[in-house]
Amino acid sequence: MGKEGEELTEQETAIYDRQIRVWGVDAQRRYSKSHIFVSGLKGTVVEFCKNIVLAGVGSLTLNDDRFVAEELLSANFLVPPDENITRGKSLAELCCESLKDFNPMVSVSVEKGDLANFDVEFFQKFDAVVISCCSLLTKKSVNAKCRKLPRRIAFYHVECRDSCGEIFVDLQNYSYSKKKNEETIECQLHCPSFEEAIAVPWRSLPKRMTKLYFAMRVIERFEVLERCNPGDTCADDLPNVLKLRKELCEAQCINESQIPDSLLERLLASEHEFPPVCAIVGGVLVQEVIKAISGKGDPLKNIFFFDATDGKGIIEDISNVNS
Amino acid sequence: MASEEQLSAIKGAKVLMVGAGGIGCELLKTLALSGFEDIHIIDMDTIEVSNLNRQFLFRQKHVGQSKAKVAREAVLKFRPHIRITPYHANVKDPDFNVDFFKQFNVVLNGLDNLDARRHVNRLCLASGVPLVESGTTGFLGQVTVHVKGKTECYECQPKPAPKTYPVCTITSTPSKFVHCIVWAKDLLFTKLFGDKNQDNDLNVRSTDASSSSEHAEDVFERRADEDIEQYGRRIYDHVFGYNIEVALRNEETWKNRNRPRPLYTKDVLPPQPVEQNGNKDKASKTCDPTSVSAMAYLGLKNPQDLWSLKENSEVFLEALKLFFLKREKEIGQLGFDKDDQLAVEFVTSAANIRAASFGIPLHSLFEAKGIAGNIVHAVATTNAIIAGLIVLEAMKVLQNDVKSYRMTYCLEHSSRKMLLMPVEPFEPNKSCYVCSETPLTLEINTHRSKLRDFVEKVVKAKLGMSLPLIMHGVALLYEVGDDLEEDEVANYAANLDKVLSELPSPVTGGTILTVEDLQQELKCSINIKHREEFDEEKEPDEMVLSGWTPALAAEKKTKTSDNGPSSSNASQAVQPEPEDDDELEIILKDPEILSAGNKRKLSDISNTADSEVSRVTGEMQAKSHVEADDTHTDTAMLDGNSDISKKKRVQQ
Repeated sequence: MGKEGEELTEQETAIYDRQIRVWGVDAQRRYSKSHIFVSGLKGTVVEFCKNIVLAGVGSLTLNDDRFVAEELLSANFLVPPDENITRGKSLAELCCESLKDFNPMVSVSVEKGDLANFDVEFFQKFDAVVISCCSLLTKKSVNAKCRKLPRRIAFYHVECRDSCGEIFVDLQNYSYSKKKNEETIECQLHCPSFEEAIAVPWRSLPKRMTKLYFAMRVIERFEVLERCNPGDTCADDLPNVLKLRKELCEAQCINESQIPDSLLERLLASEHEFPPVCAIVGGVLVQEVIKAISGKGDPLKNIFFFDATDGKGIIEDISNVNS
Repeated sequence: MASEEQLSAIKGAKVLMVGAGGIGCELLKTLALSGFEDIHIIDMDTIEVSNLNRQFLFRQKHVGQSKAKVAREAVLKFRPHIRITPYHANVKDPDFNVDFFKQFNVVLNGLDNLDARRHVNRLCLASGVPLVESGTTGFLGQVTVHVKGKTECYECQPKPAPKTYPVCTITSTPSKFVHCIVWAKDLLFTKLFGDKNQDNDLNVRSTDASSSSEHAEDVFERRADEDIEQYGRRIYDHVFGYNIEVALRNEETWKNRNRPRPLYTKDVLPPQPVEQNGNKDKASKTCDPTSVSAMAYLGLKNPQDLWSLKENSEVFLEALKLFFLKREKEIGQLGFDKDDQLAVEFVTSAANIRAASFGIPLHSLFEAKGIAGNIVHAVATTNAIIAGLIVLEAMKVLQNDVKSYRMTYCLEHSSRKMLLMPVEPFEPNKSCYVCSETPLTLEINTHRSKLRDFVEKVVKAKLGMSLPLIMHGVALLYEVGDDLEEDEVANYAANLDKVLSELPSPVTGGTILTVEDLQQELKCSINIKHREEFDEEKEPDEMVLSGWTPALAAEKKTKTSDNGPSSSNASQAVQPEPEDDDELEIILKDPEILSAGNKRKLSDISNTADSEVSRVTGEMQAKSHVEADDTHTDTAMLDGNSDISKKKRVQQ
């Protein structure tokens, strides 16, 4: 863009007036030139897309080839439950149509294909990559691909199960500015990859680590062993999950009581989503992505957890002690 | 996924949402997705362009339409089989009375002003319907639950009153830019374009000090056949030049202050109207009065730019001219509106010229608009999070799961690892005049203050009543209503202009007045204490209302931090006046205080019964347990007062 493109247009200033008052013109300008990729369009990511488009991102690319099924729409407000509209179209295509309508100044498009098959170059054009509803292997590999590129790409993984949610953030080596006592100070942080983070021995983690972290890892592992997709588990899987918990806890030398049965049971029965939790976790995720793109404000490092049962939204730092 | 019991409670529930703005849009969506099937929604507002970045149910084509109605249509598209009943109306309308409220299982607020919040709080108390209250500014937000007799009501903690400035600060000795804004907006703008009959302090000092008082009366009127350019320059010279010269004569005032510089058009601008290089056609061809712009005419494009004194002076004269040329019909009845471009331009330029005169830094139109319009910073994400939290609380309320009720704070930076911080709700404040019938005390000069002062400044402004009835024993002193007889109306009107001690039933020291609002079903008694003198600077109202003690913590252990509402730059523009953007938000309790309290160990943690709200005697009333952590329970003190005073506000 030339010099002229640096200025926000009159229309942009009018529509984004209230948020410019929060994060400033510079951040808005940077934001309006950024490109975001999302994969796995269930409730939380749909919430994310809505807010990212409303706030005036440069472009948003959607990936989800699944066809519409009832449970996929339980927390989706972008797609009308009308077979005449949904027939023959993928979830990404349907969401794309709605999102375009949200903000004509944003370019929204669909990228078909299996997330696991996108190569390193594919991710090059994005500033932030947000994935959900994918296997442990895909999570690791997409994160690794983002890290191979010379340009820093912010990587996020988000998953909501029942009334719980988790956001993983990898900003690699990241510098940003924040205001402290009226002064702007420069800060640095180093994030581990997803693979590095989950490899941190459980015993070396702080004592008061949220139980949700361990429970999510057990379910994640279970899905790998059963070769099923996230969320395709059910209450009947509990005995096998409890067996797996025992194995993992023994291997990691932690007490099984760190991962209560009741919590695992809740996470397993997650076929339908819980819309308030999608809104909350999706909202936190947008805030983080906006921070990362604008380079303003403390980003969360590096995993966020929310559980509606106790109402806490917690940030845990799970990094390799050596890094 | 909600449990079976949850689902049936949700399905059978009838909920009332008040507000279809930033929080409201998100809330309606999340309620519909969560399975609520009978939702009523009240909002008096229509859709504006600046809503579109976050009120996602609205599109450009809906600008000008009812928020409640458009929101309903939008949600029915993805949940066609639920019932949504919209009301394009003010929640304070008499139709929404106690009986109306009684039909609901829970009321959910997504409001933008203190006045309406208090009104809904009272109706919820009177009808016994639980209330879930919310607010956001920037990245901060909070959700609270108010259930009569079980938790504190919305008014148990005193709310900050809108800051008022001593008249002389505004008229003679401004020291901050906001003073110049108030002067430009409330005095100059109103004088030139608003109701001519309104009291206006614009010329107070000059008429006091000069002999030209009769002249001052009509100086603002445009003389017959006076050229508009001429008129503008005359007004300019009068308010920025002559009035300053007059003020300068009062040496006493400037002993410890910087002397202002009188400004005249001849010194700032070339003698003849300048040829503009802006697009003249644009200004003259526009027919929509709200899009008339002096800036556009002058070729000033970026609202973020800082204009020079000369540019401000040009905008001032141009804006004044455009009001007379394009919007003459409205003159005499205009009120300042932050969405009125020309009004914002006029006020910005006038405030900046005054600021220049007093050596105060100038501001851009964007900044000035924020201050003048009390614009609340708002982002979509906080609203989405807060709406999700409201629905979680609503579900608990519907299942009567009292033990699980939480107030939740959404923070900008994590505090004790938490970004979303749940806290157990407080018990009702026993000295709350709204939910506990505690008498209030009013210090007032009964020989000088009129009943009108009492009604306006105490009953309406402080107690938030809209249809008050005032009694002294059995004698009715004042009443409002449609069903009054003519002689009653005349009687009450006459009473308004009487000083308290000369009312038919005289109000003096020791009198107990009963004030009642029949719509809100709120009644309270006020003990009158006569007091002769008041501090002009600190007590400009000449009355002091007390007795409504906040739930105070005797001990306060706070630490300064750049977290939370206290110092975040996102919370500057909060002001509890109805003239806000769509979600004014009040964040009263600084969560930092909650987290900084004492820590003590408890053997059992997950049992919430352990951490129920405990009461301490005396002043230490509000003591709360932060939700128990794995091995600790943190006890924190809340100091209602300090929270409020810590909060930065743009004040007028």
